[in-house]
Amino acid sequence: MSDTHAHTVRFVRETMLPPQDPPSSQIGMVRWGRENLFDGPLNIILTVISLLVVLFLIMEMGPWFANSIWNANSLTECRQILDGASGACWGVIKDRWPQLMFGFYPPELYWRPVTALVLLFVAISPVLFPSVPKKVLYFTMVYPFLGVWLLWGGTIWGPVSVALGFVLGYVLVRATSQLSTLLSAAIVVILPILYWLFLAGPLVDALSAIAPLESQSVPSREFGGFLVSLVIGVSGIALSLPIGILLALGRQSNMPLIKYVSVIFIEFIRGVPLITLLFTASLLLNYFLPPGTNFDLILRVIIMVTLFASAYMAEVIRGGLAALPRGQYEAADALGLDYWKAQRLIIMPQALKISIPSIVSTFIGLFKDTTLVVFIGILDPIGLANATRASSDWQGIYWELFIFIGAVFFIFCFSMSRYSMSLERRLKTDHR
Amino acid sequence: MEATQDRSVNRAQMQVSDEVAIQITNMNKWYGSFHVLRDIDLTVNRGERIVIAGPSGSGKSTLIRCINRLEEHQAGQIIVDGTELSSDLKNIDKVRSEVGMVFQHFNLFPHLTILENLTLAPIWVRKTPKREAEETAMYFLEKVKIPEQANKYPGQLSGGQQQRVAIARSLCMKPRIMLFDEPTSALDPEMIKEVLDTMIQLAEEGMTMLCVTHEMGFAQAVANRVIFMDQGQIVEQNEPYEFFNNPQSERTKLFLSQILGH
Repeated sequence: MSDTHAHTVRFVRETMLPPQDPPSSQIGMVRWGRENLFDGPLNIILTVISLLVVLFLIMEMGPWFANSIWNANSLTECRQILDGASGACWGVIKDRWPQLMFGFYPPELYWRPVTALVLLFVAISPVLFPSVPKKVLYFTMVYPFLGVWLLWGGTIWGPVSVALGFVLGYVLVRATSQLSTLLSAAIVVILPILYWLFLAGPLVDALSAIAPLESQSVPSREFGGFLVSLVIGVSGIALSLPIGILLALGRQSNMPLIKYVSVIFIEFIRGVPLITLLFTASLLLNYFLPPGTNFDLILRVIIMVTLFASAYMAEVIRGGLAALPRGQYEAADALGLDYWKAQRLIIMPQALKISIPSIVSTFIGLFKDTTLVVFIGILDPIGLANATRASSDWQGIYWELFIFIGAVFFIFCFSMSRYSMSLERRLKTDHR
Repeated sequence: MEATQDRSVNRAQMQVSDEVAIQITNMNKWYGSFHVLRDIDLTVNRGERIVIAGPSGSGKSTLIRCINRLEEHQAGQIIVDGTELSSDLKNIDKVRSEVGMVFQHFNLFPHLTILENLTLAPIWVRKTPKREAEETAMYFLEKVKIPEQANKYPGQLSGGQQQRVAIARSLCMKPRIMLFDEPTSALDPEMIKEVLDTMIQLAEEGMTMLCVTHEMGFAQAVANRVIFMDQGQIVEQNEPYEFFNNPQSERTKLFLSQILGH
């Protein structure tokens, strides 16, 4: 700089300037506070008001939490201990813990849902975390059948024979790969369905007669509490994503039949409240099903919740598909990839990545919506909370139960949300 | 023209055989009621390098996109390497795996690394073992002079590098014909040269090339035929020297004066 002269235009830099630290008022907490909390009179006022509100809340709720009573068998006992002071009676959670968790599941069999939950985490780990060896995916494929058997019990041949239908489907996919797509798709769909309808039942009977491998059967009406929320939520989440993907692709299909079936399905399901679908599941289906069929209530609810969520999922994924530049489809086509390979390798990985926030929102919504099953008589945590409040011991208790239930739901939903954010960061490769 | 000044182009290798690579007869295409391509007749022999020029909207991109059926033609016939393009999906996939295409906006797959971009089609379409596909990919990355970028993502590369990766991606499928759809139009002037160099190298190796471009220097140095299109028709075609120095139609003269005038 020193050698520049105002009267010459010519300038040649001889020494490059080294970078310097910014002034201390421009870094760290000082800068953050100035920019975010005390930036102008309006913000100063708002900051002060907010601090006062926080303080007020702490003063109000602090003692209530501080005086928590954990050991009490009824509200009366709890109030005696508190002796007029304000305080939370968490004793109700402790007293009703098994019920809130498992409903009326036989206590001597609690280990089964617990094992199922632990194995669930094992099963989803390779899907969630890339560091888990891919071989665990084989267990993930077995898990749905194992989980069902652990939870409901009965003969092991039931889940096995259902699983065989999927194996049959897989074998057919392999066997028909030379045929045209439409024909092979038809065979792959129809034959397993015929198998499930006509062969699976007798097969179970036959196998049970040969080797009666049974565990104690637990009927659906004994399920309750968070067990029921998790069973419905996890199945709904696991099933609605693939169905949603297919519906989204179906809606974009060139084939009118597939396109209109998808559109009508999506628009119909989205246009109807979930609660009506649940009532349909619990009441109306009985009229339509042949008399004598005992179609499991929880299974019916899972189907309805899944259909509901997959309609939303389809629209979310359609948004992701629409956001992809046309060039991606063209490049995949130009390289000779067929439709399904292009979808699987190029289009879906990107479309799903774009839609992660909305997909997870739909998952979270679905999980919270499972509490609606209380209206069709399934004792989920809300249903059990109501039952608890109606009991003579805990009549009149309110906050503690719902705070607890809310907290548990919050933990699940917040974990999903945090996971999705970390996933987005991990998949961020576009460096825009 | 500047782009090719500092490089002597070796035309000795660029031999055109008598074998027909692409045969287009009487081809017509409409977008709705708009007649984009009108009575296109074009025969391309193996080893030919054809540059297609013309004002925007003249149908030149649409023409080469019909050759690998990114666009569907409604009348006439297109035969690529002996396979006729019809609605038969098997034929379309066959042609597409034999014909490489380079796009104006590169269209690399942003969620895959450079190496994965290059090996994807060989592995999934050609069923090449992964190891072998990676070796081929590295060979072509060397060839386009960016082997050190193999494990980066497309978003980390400059435009010129991305376009060279796109060329390498097509080459990994060992195509017999390469289509270029304005490969340098989205690039900074500095990067145009590196892409053109790669294309010239390809031409020297005897690749059959159809290239929609505004790089007239490239056309003069490499092409053995220049096609001028306007309003969906082939207005004039000639070998480059004659095309540029002695254009016949008024429309061609006007076009050339516009793009070479300044």
